[in-house]
Amino acid sequence: MPVNYNQPPLLKVEGLRQYFRVCASCTVKAVEDVSFEIYPGETYGLVGESGSGKSTIGRSIIRLYTPTDGRICFHGMDISRRMNPDTKTSLHTQIQMIFQDPKASLNPRKIAGDIIGEGLDIHHSCKSRAERDAKVKEIFVKVGLAPEHVSRYPHEFSGGQQQRLCIARALIMNPKLIIADECTSALDVSIQAQVVNLMKDIQEETGTAYLFITHNLSIVKYISHRIGVLHLGHLLETGTAEEIFGHPIHPYTKSLLSAIPVPNPAVEKNRILECYNYKTSGIDYSKGSYHLVEGMHYVKCTDDEFYKWN
Amino acid sequence: MAEEKETILRIRDLHITFCSLDGSIHAIQGVDLDLAKGETVALVGESGSGKSVTMKAVMGILANNVSAGKGTIEFRYHHEDGRTETVDILKQDKKWIRRNINGKRIAMVFQDPMTSLDPTMSIGKQIMEGMIWHFKIPKQEAWNRAVELLKEVEMEEPRKRMKQYPHQLSGGQRQRVVIAIALACNPEILICDEPTTALDVTIQAKIIELIKRIQKERQLSVVYITHDFGVVAKIADYVNVMYAGKIVEKGTTDEIFYDPRHPYTWGLLSAMPDLDAREERLSTIPGSPPNLLYERAGDAFAPRNPYALVVDDKVKPPMFRITDTHFAATWLLDPRAPKVEMPKQLRLRLNRMKKEAEEHAGKL
Repeated sequence: MPVNYNQPPLLKVEGLRQYFRVCASCTVKAVEDVSFEIYPGETYGLVGESGSGKSTIGRSIIRLYTPTDGRICFHGMDISRRMNPDTKTSLHTQIQMIFQDPKASLNPRKIAGDIIGEGLDIHHSCKSRAERDAKVKEIFVKVGLAPEHVSRYPHEFSGGQQQRLCIARALIMNPKLIIADECTSALDVSIQAQVVNLMKDIQEETGTAYLFITHNLSIVKYISHRIGVLHLGHLLETGTAEEIFGHPIHPYTKSLLSAIPVPNPAVEKNRILECYNYKTSGIDYSKGSYHLVEGMHYVKCTDDEFYKWN
Repeated sequence: MAEEKETILRIRDLHITFCSLDGSIHAIQGVDLDLAKGETVALVGESGSGKSVTMKAVMGILANNVSAGKGTIEFRYHHEDGRTETVDILKQDKKWIRRNINGKRIAMVFQDPMTSLDPTMSIGKQIMEGMIWHFKIPKQEAWNRAVELLKEVEMEEPRKRMKQYPHQLSGGQRQRVVIAIALACNPEILICDEPTTALDVTIQAKIIELIKRIQKERQLSVVYITHDFGVVAKIADYVNVMYAGKIVEKGTTDEIFYDPRHPYTWGLLSAMPDLDAREERLSTIPGSPPNLLYERAGDAFAPRNPYALVVDDKVKPPMFRITDTHFAATWLLDPRAPKVEMPKQLRLRLNRMKKEAEEHAGKL
């Protein structure tokens, strides 16, 4: 589905910084000056290695952390600082999250129907019990589960079905934005494909936007409209999937793309990896600023580096 | 090749059944596998297909509730003085396996390096442990050897690392330490059980290069368990595709990738996202893997197989021979079966892959 980039963005992150103070002398700078936008109905993929701050960004947006600095605007409302009750409610209903491990994120002592209906109960969005049950069943069918399974416990579902439950739980509040944090990495190849297809179908039907956080580059190319490459808390390169995969500029992006194993033995056995080491590369991320390459493709570097890489 | 390949591991008709509260689970139902010296064999399949159980049986480290182990696992190994001996691992008792096989001749690298390392012991101690136990060498010598091993797995500052603990290392470094431990007693077979699933792509690529290099240098035989076909393409000489406790297709890497015959292999290959094509939907294998508690007449894959024949529900398919090295267990290969082509999307992709491979060969 094509995304309309002329409308105002759904989520706008500007200069987000997230620091964690470990002790008096040590502060972990998890996210450093990250800015990006997500438009309605768009999938934005955040990729990077572990420890690069991708999950932290997701958690800051949904306000599991209080951002150290920067602004997060959702639908024109500032959600990065203290919020009034109305803003808070809309944050809690319109942004939902799907976590990595479906087993760990479902309460083992609640039946599936109650797990999914919990959001409805908390926000009193249904007038009667019958209306709520009907809504839960409708969502069940939407994510490809049998409606008679509402009274089952999470352990009675398989891994793929559990992830479907998590998606159903996120969907029931009709959110405008879903943050999917590594939601396919605990699944098998064939099940992963099922879940990714389901997420695409849902986007087409409801027009929700996704922030898709993952380290699996081949999936991200598949599902995302735009991609942001993150390393050590800095957003190094961002652009549409075609721009990033077809014409990467930053050496880190290049090394990341060259590390994807290709399922073609004759090519793969003789391929040489591009190595990248931040310490020896001589690049200082904090000095860089965003340079426009073309279209929506930006890269963070200094003027000299931009000239050299191009 | 002029010289005869030396088969060091030969598994024939292996059956393993676990007792559980719900009844017996037939985890492995007749697996045949050969591993020659200096070669890499990959076991591919979804979780629950029995890849890890097969290799745990080879190591003799199965859980205690195994009720029936049928078949043979013949392992041919070299004594220090050069004699060779062949044993059936299934018939040996646990104590003998512990003394002669585990770590010494067959070593294993597990999926999650954090859980396979002891958090209360220093790295050095963990590497030395096996050498001291198996070879009874003095501590100083073991220390020197351990430092050498850390150098071999490309750790920086090996002397400093020896005194560190697992939590002080990153995921990739921990996996390197695990590989060093596996290599400590100079084993003949290295079993890698999804060693890179918990790691990032960049680190995964480095660890695979490392395993490949070490294998070449030491003439190791490697069994690589994975569900990632990209990794298989990089490392394996032979591929075995497993489903529901059985090998459904086996062959050389080129045969499996360029000429797959089993519908399950088709499904797995096409479920991988394709970096070059821009398709709207990923193709999937419908349903989920079967529960091995219930025995099924006929092919276990039939309920998920869009190409299933009537006979698939009644009789289990035998292994059909395609070439000397390529076998597949599907009734579609029977001469009486209707001619079925692989999905169009996959065929186009394979054609493109072959073209790429030719272009690549031209460049070299």
